[in-house]
Amino acid sequence: MNLEKVVFGFFIVLAATLNFGFFVGDIDNPEHHHVFELFAAIVVNLIATVLKFGDRTQIGAIHLATSLVADLQLLAAGVTWAVAVHVTGEGMTPVVTSSVVSLAGGALLANLVSVTLLVVETAMMRR
Amino acid sequence: MGNVFFLILRRMRAPLILLILIYAISILGLTLIPGVDAEGRPAPPLSIFHAFYFISYTATTIGFGEIPQAFSNGQRLWVIACIYMSVVGWSYSILTLLALVQDSGFQQTLSTARFIWRVRRMGEPFLLICGCGETGSTVIRALDRQGRRFVVLESSRLRVEELDLEDFKTDTPALNADARHPENLLLAGLRHPRCQGVLALTNSDEANLAIAITVRLLNPSIPVLARAEQQVTADNLASFGTNHIINPFERFADYLALAVHSPACYQLVERLTGTPGQELPSPLPIPPRGHWIICGYGRFGRAVAQRFAAEGLDYSIIDPKDAHEPKRLQIVDTGTELAPLEAAGLTRAAGIVVGTENDVNNLSIAMTARARNPGLFVVMRQNQMANSVLFETFRAQINMVPSRIVAMECLALLNTPLLDDFLMEARRAGETWAQTLNDRLEQLFGRLIPETWNIRINAQEARAVYLELMHGGRVLLEDLGRRPDQRREPARLLPLLLRRQEEVILLPGPDTPILPGDWLLFTGSAQARRDQRLLLFSEKVLAYLLTGDEHSGGWLWRRLARTS
Repeated sequence: MNLEKVVFGFFIVLAATLNFGFFVGDIDNPEHHHVFELFAAIVVNLIATVLKFGDRTQIGAIHLATSLVADLQLLAAGVTWAVAVHVTGEGMTPVVTSSVVSLAGGALLANLVSVTLLVVETAMMRR
Repeated sequence: MGNVFFLILRRMRAPLILLILIYAISILGLTLIPGVDAEGRPAPPLSIFHAFYFISYTATTIGFGEIPQAFSNGQRLWVIACIYMSVVGWSYSILTLLALVQDSGFQQTLSTARFIWRVRRMGEPFLLICGCGETGSTVIRALDRQGRRFVVLESSRLRVEELDLEDFKTDTPALNADARHPENLLLAGLRHPRCQGVLALTNSDEANLAIAITVRLLNPSIPVLARAEQQVTADNLASFGTNHIINPFERFADYLALAVHSPACYQLVERLTGTPGQELPSPLPIPPRGHWIICGYGRFGRAVAQRFAAEGLDYSIIDPKDAHEPKRLQIVDTGTELAPLEAAGLTRAAGIVVGTENDVNNLSIAMTARARNPGLFVVMRQNQMANSVLFETFRAQINMVPSRIVAMECLALLNTPLLDDFLMEARRAGETWAQTLNDRLEQLFGRLIPETWNIRINAQEARAVYLELMHGGRVLLEDLGRRPDQRREPARLLPLLLRRQEEVILLPGPDTPILPGDWLLFTGSAQARRDQRLLLFSEKVLAYLLTGDEHSGGWLWRRLARTS
């Protein structure tokens, strides 16, 4: 067993699960989507991205790309939240909530691709 | 540059993850600890947005003074922890980055990346030079003076750093890498469309062999010049079609034999291959016939002895190892003392060839021999350029420096490929012919060594002449030797050779018509060479020389003149 592989897999799966946790629920109901979950998802996604740095293989490149997509989507969701709550002061109305959650949904898709790649990569290893 | 980027990303993984964690923990803490409002009543904690804002300016030590509202003591306690954590995180990141920049592996990657980029950008024809020792540097400096471009591969890091300090006119990419590896030759532009040839000049025969084979296989269309000091290597190189093989010892022995055999031919060679602008020594040292002593019977001694035997000269050998030459007298010794020299016949000797691999021994032998026999003709081998002062002070009649011979030979092959043909023909033509030509050159240039150059009648190298011929004009050889300011006056130059397809004409006459595709070899003053360049490229100058008429310049005027 390789500790590096454990850490790598752990963060990728954790990024996907946290993302899913934030995403699940009614899309326009702020009660179902706590901002701390979004925060945790962003942090874990960033760590997962950095872990993928410096791998020059084809699959490594796709890994990094999916992670960058997820980061972008989650950061956009975070900024939307910050603007709605702190800048314009309109708060988590159903419109804002649904746009934050749908952005996070996009990130979830990218994270699912990442997890799939991880599974495929593992399945390809015949050891 | 891709490599460098990936290397940075890889090394920065740990510090970046640490920073993300520190930020996350700090922000999380601030969003959990209750605050206090202006009246001292407990207030809800900071929101994630405010916490991130606060940590951003605190962690980067910007210390922006704006705080959303005064902190509670609990928040202050946490912020103390945050500040120290973030300072550690940033210091770690910056130190890792600095260490990476200083890392020798990283430096090598960076300089290789820069080298590849510079080679790829080469827009002019260039030569690939492998090995930049004494020979390589001499060739490089001469090529640089002529404004030619080159790429250098050298295995010693020190030499590459010295190259960077030299003040070259042209941009010279140099890489510290082993030229024996094909990847390195490819990096240096072996398959670059503008790579014109490869010079294998390292001081290892084995490396030169490896380079020549690589070039033959990976880019057979370009010529290879290789230096070989062992006959085995030279034969091996020749077996797979290396274009030019330069063995300094054999080459020098040939010259020495030529000097003994036909002094006039030798003088011709000296005149045409010397450094232009220098004076030919007067009288030229010609090795006398008589008894010779060959001191040091290695590669050099053997090459000379072989030629001497062919010339019928008598010689004895001094060498610490048995030479297995039953017909010759051999003294088994180094020869640095008087006794072995005398035993080899020093007092009756006409000349001595001092050719061991040790410069100090060579000087010692030559000094001892000359003290005993002042009229001795001394031929010396100088192994290290660094010892030049000593050898110049001693003043042997002929001083042989292997690296200089290889360099000169390389330059001659690169600049005047026809000269080799000419000298070969001259040797065949014989002594009296050479003497006539010598007298003619003496008349033209005195003792000064003239310049020797090649021209080729095609669209790139002689545009004006080529166009004139294409338009049905007639150009004679004498037209190429007129002065642009005075067309009736001949310039100070002499055509030596004309090559037309497979036909070679020695000393072509002034009324020889020039045809497209002709190769010509000239010798003449520097002024004559500049003048000739002018007429080769300027249609106006050429028209004046051919007809005596001054033409008006532009395309429009020429059109008008033609129609009227």
